[in-house]
Amino acid sequence: MIVGERKPLAEILQMVEGYGKILVLGCGECVTVCMAGGDKEARETALALSIARKRAGSAVAVESKTVERQCEFEYLEATRSQAEAADVVISLACGVGVQAMNMHYADKLTVPGLNTTFMGLPLRQGVWLENCLGCGNCVLDETMGICPVARCSKSMLNGPCGGSQDGKCEVSKETECGWHLIVERLGRFGKLPSLEEIKPPKDWSASHSGGPRKMVREDVTL
Amino acid sequence: MMAKSNLQKVLESGQFVVTGELGPPKSAERKKIEHHAEMLRGFVDAFNLTDNQTAIVRTSSIASGAILTQMGLDPIIQITCRDRNRIAIQSDVLGAVALGIKNILCLQGDHAKFGNEPGAKNVNDLDSMQLIQALKKMRDEQVFTGGEKLEAPIDIFIGAVENPFADPFEYRAHRLAKKVAAGADFIQTQAIFDMERFERWMEKVREMGIHKQVPILAGVIPIKSLGAARYMKNNVSGMIVPDALIERVKAAPDKKEEGVRICVEMIEHLKTVEGLAGVHIMAVAWEEIVPEIVTRAGLLPRPVYKD
Repeated sequence: MIVGERKPLAEILQMVEGYGKILVLGCGECVTVCMAGGDKEARETALALSIARKRAGSAVAVESKTVERQCEFEYLEATRSQAEAADVVISLACGVGVQAMNMHYADKLTVPGLNTTFMGLPLRQGVWLENCLGCGNCVLDETMGICPVARCSKSMLNGPCGGSQDGKCEVSKETECGWHLIVERLGRFGKLPSLEEIKPPKDWSASHSGGPRKMVREDVTL
Repeated sequence: MMAKSNLQKVLESGQFVVTGELGPPKSAERKKIEHHAEMLRGFVDAFNLTDNQTAIVRTSSIASGAILTQMGLDPIIQITCRDRNRIAIQSDVLGAVALGIKNILCLQGDHAKFGNEPGAKNVNDLDSMQLIQALKKMRDEQVFTGGEKLEAPIDIFIGAVENPFADPFEYRAHRLAKKVAAGADFIQTQAIFDMERFERWMEKVREMGIHKQVPILAGVIPIKSLGAARYMKNNVSGMIVPDALIERVKAAPDKKEEGVRICVEMIEHLKTVEGLAGVHIMAVAWEEIVPEIVTRAGLLPRPVYKD
């Protein structure tokens, strides 16, 4: 899923300075699951904004609403009346949701209330791990299901580097060395000799490096 | 074909090689590079020039290397994968060769997080293995990574590094073999403090016969102070500094002398380790001690070749 983290209130307040009527819009998908931008957080943010602005002597009308999925236009219709009535919308969705709102309601500014952090999974309650960079050319079959692009700080295809110690990455003792995990897992499956193969330079043009990506599938277009 | 580099010549002679390391300044002061290089002249066979070591912005390794070639010295320029993509790297290799540089050491590079630009984008378009292979292809096949032909051949001497102190330990000798297969002509190791572990690694290296394929230079760092030893133990990635060594420095009345003594003892020992072609002395920020270490370790005189 897409993991996000709410921006500090001060930053959000700054974004909406001067606006009188605010809509805080949550999303019912990933950001609800990662407890950053669902209905509960949208209500909390709306309340916090309202209190802060009141204290600052510039009271404001804040409303909150959550749509099922902010990254698809058809779900955005459910908030048309609130969006049109507001001076500005604070989206608690990921960056995709924020942009979907700006595209769908082009005359209305929607600002981000979250920092979209990464694509990942919850390891346990309150802990999320990045494990996919969307590079456009999956190699998980070659690395025993552990991504060298996302799980190695240097995205090495022929790792591990010389900074791997005790299974940890040089970047932080909190970060597992992805390549250490790959080597261990290859060993468990009796596939260590596969490490001898020198993986050629990656074609990064399939990633964002090739420019903003757009996918067209003729088989499903209407 | 370019003439052989001094490093190549000494390696081919079979004499125990000594290389030194120069960290370019955080300024454009040519005289600082010249000063340190002059200090080591006659004591080392070639000079390693770091490429923004520990991700700190400094004069480029290639520019520094060019200054050394003008001084009649033999530079080994380092190239990391951290700051440049394959376009910039290959372009820099051509530029380095045009400036008379022959030895190129390929490294992955410390993460930018450690340096003075922690917000920088870590490029890592190629990894260190692919970098070695790219250089080999440029030299042996005259093609760039993208497949296009070079307009004229280049001659380079390709170095790679390996860290016996990194994990998983069992894979480290295999990884060295992979670097040799990728095209490394010589190897330089991470600085050794844990001799026992280094010997275990060398045993594996010999078992695999890698030492017969490429010359291996063992890295050493003279310990300047107790603080420096502790810093390397706790803050430098991929290093193992045993507690016993720290205790030894701690107990010594003259820390610097003890540091030199430890380094000299290590070199004396490394000279006896089968499969080593030389030592690489990394006395960055303590360059002035290198002549004393080389002298006391019995590594003089250094060979001189007439072109």
